[in-house]
Amino acid sequence: MAKNTKGFPLTHVLGFIASLVLTFVALFVALKTSLSFKTIIWVIGSLAVIQAALQLFMFMHLNEGEDGKSNIINIASGVFIAFVAVAGSIWVMSFGM
Amino acid sequence: MSANVNTALPLEYQTEQNRMNILGFWIFLGAEIILFGTLFATFSVLNARYAGGPTPHDLFEIKGVMIETILLLTSSFTMGLAIFEMRRSNRNGLILWFVITLLLGAGFVFFEVTEFIHYVHEGATWTTSAFLSSFFVLLGTHGLHVSMGIGWATMVIIQLLRRGLTPVTARKTFIIGLYWHFLDVVWIFIFTFVYLARMVA
Repeated sequence: MAKNTKGFPLTHVLGFIASLVLTFVALFVALKTSLSFKTIIWVIGSLAVIQAALQLFMFMHLNEGEDGKSNIINIASGVFIAFVAVAGSIWVMSFGM
Repeated sequence: MSANVNTALPLEYQTEQNRMNILGFWIFLGAEIILFGTLFATFSVLNARYAGGPTPHDLFEIKGVMIETILLLTSSFTMGLAIFEMRRSNRNGLILWFVITLLLGAGFVFFEVTEFIHYVHEGATWTTSAFLSSFFVLLGTHGLHVSMGIGWATMVIIQLLRRGLTPVTARKTFIIGLYWHFLDVVWIFIFTFVYLARMVA
């Protein structure tokens, strides 16, 4: 949490370039490779999680300040509940199909 | 309301009130994650229920999706630069990047609305099938967040112009910055699981 930061926003530029790379790698894997559907979902899903973490830490500074720990616990619990809702719904509905 | 001002910290963290507001906004974002989680769950369950209507392969075009993705990703980056300038106490730099962010956001909304109008003309409305209902509700909720964010940010810019950089305006700017980055985080998952995953050949 630096007050007078340097003249060049290095973290932001690196985060932006990394996000672009991850986006285009996901695009390539999904549309230009002939991997199995399951493999593609796992690869592009992982890339999305990495990119989201990048945004949270490099752009939003999730863990900075004296409330950094509270922020992480709070966001982690939100992600956990969202994950349970999505994965649980897919799992439970897979029985009726 | 504490009068203790710690000038060693960035403006937006200088008072107790500001720290509490920023923490409160993080808690709100936690709830937003759950809100979008439920919409993603609905979409994931219903995404093969076409009811004889158009399928993702009939509708989705990667070019428009990539334009939207790059616009929103770049706007998240320029919002980061705006906050970076704010921490250098450069009000004009902050406002410049802030305005660029909103223009990119408006471009995103424009392309998204164009995409929706195109779908409706192809006979794909949100009453056509369960797939399209869940699609339009998920994407519409996100697009509404971006649109409201543009209105909210415009009001913050007016305050910055009239009152300058103070702990209060800095806190408001920082909080909408968090909101804006969050919308890009949600879009990453829409891009991946709504578009890419449904377009795999």
